[in-house]
Amino acid sequence: MRVTLKVLRYNPEADRAPHWESYQLEAEPTDRVLDLLHNVKWDTDGTLTFRRSCGHGICGSCAMMINGVNRLACKTLVQNLDTDTITVEPIRGLPVEKDLVVDMAPFFQAFKAVKPYLINDDPPPERERLQSPEERAVFDEGTKCILCAACTTSCPVFWVNGTYIGPSAIVNAHRFIFDSRDKGNGERFKALSGGGGIWRCRTAYNCTEACPRDIPVTELIEEVKRAIMVNYV
Amino acid sequence: MAIKTRNFNVARQQASTNIELIWWVFMRVSGVLLVFLVLGHIYMNNILISNTSIDFDYVASRFSQPLYKVYDLVMLVLAMLHGTNGLRYIIDDYVHHDGWRNIVKYALYFVVAVLITTGTMLLFSFPFNKVGG
Ligand code: HEM
Ligand code: FES
Repeated sequence: MRVTLKVLRYNPEADRAPHWESYQLEAEPTDRVLDLLHNVKWDTDGTLTFRRSCGHGICGSCAMMINGVNRLACKTLVQNLDTDTITVEPIRGLPVEKDLVVDMAPFFQAFKAVKPYLINDDPPPERERLQSPEERAVFDEGTKCILCAACTTSCPVFWVNGTYIGPSAIVNAHRFIFDSRDKGNGERFKALSGGGGIWRCRTAYNCTEACPRDIPVTELIEEVKRAIMVNYV
Repeated sequence: MAIKTRNFNVARQQASTNIELIWWVFMRVSGVLLVFLVLGHIYMNNILISNTSIDFDYVASRFSQPLYKVYDLVMLVLAMLHGTNGLRYIIDDYVHHDGWRNIVKYALYFVVAVLITTGTMLLFSFPFNKVGG
């Protein structure tokens, strides 16, 4: 089939503002949007810039806005889009460096702020710190996050607020807050309680729809809100 | 842990207090109360009586009953604080320049303080004829 691929392109050395460019391509319905981008880059215009590594939906490099929805280019097939015009834009709310590549530094700063690692100063037991399957299941959803930023950059509060920590950081806080082996809740609650913290969430649900790993993001955010509330009230 | 920040606003944002949690809970509690208070208000002043026939005598007879004073005071304060905090959220979202954000916020707080004060004074300075002469 013939498809029109429209890409929002931006070259900081030449352009004052991003602009759309169209490419006519021959594509199979089972091609991924990532394949279309590769076709353009390899055959038409080598300057087209985007991130990808694994090509299998696990590294989180290729999140972009495809036909108005944040998705992974490597997990989105042409036939999933039900149209022969495909638009691709960088994810929103982070500074665009070139074409589809954005500066992820603010995103990872928020991630680091919630201390996404085990905090437990108790002397380690002789073997591992044991956990029951039930205790493990409580935080299972959060472990699926691949840090692609599709959720955070779909959040209207993140777009406008400028200091909001974002859904992804909260999901990764959830991962440890609800881990029975972890003792770092005080520190994480602190990171989440400030002016740009979890209380800025207005439950828009964009994050849940955007997540390519089907994590119920908004639900996890509400669970963290409840945990903080119960802790303080 | 020491707070390492460049200016007061950043410091305040990073300070760990429960104030944002408290306002978040307040928005929900006041919202639920306002549903009933506002519906009751509309019922009393637009359905039990046509709003075109509201005149001084009607208002005066209402405000002579303490229960109405309390009802209106609670509605006034809850709606004002709820609306103000909601606008604060929106100002934080859209006004990014530190100076302008503070100016807009404190202008809002000033207007709200005036409205709550004059509204409360009005409620408790009844009967009006003794005040206004
Ligand atoms: C009918 C009863 C009402 C209910 C149930 C209600 C409920 C709420 C809730 C729960 C929020 C927080 C939203 C969030 O953080 O996600 C909110 C925000 C807000 N409310 Fe109300 N509210 C009511 C009446 C009012 C009134 C009378 C005013 C005006 C005086 C008002 C103005 C606002 C504003 C400006 C916001 C902020 C909106 C935003 O964050 O984008 N509300 N309301
Ligand atoms: S390339 Fe790794 S997630 Fe898409």
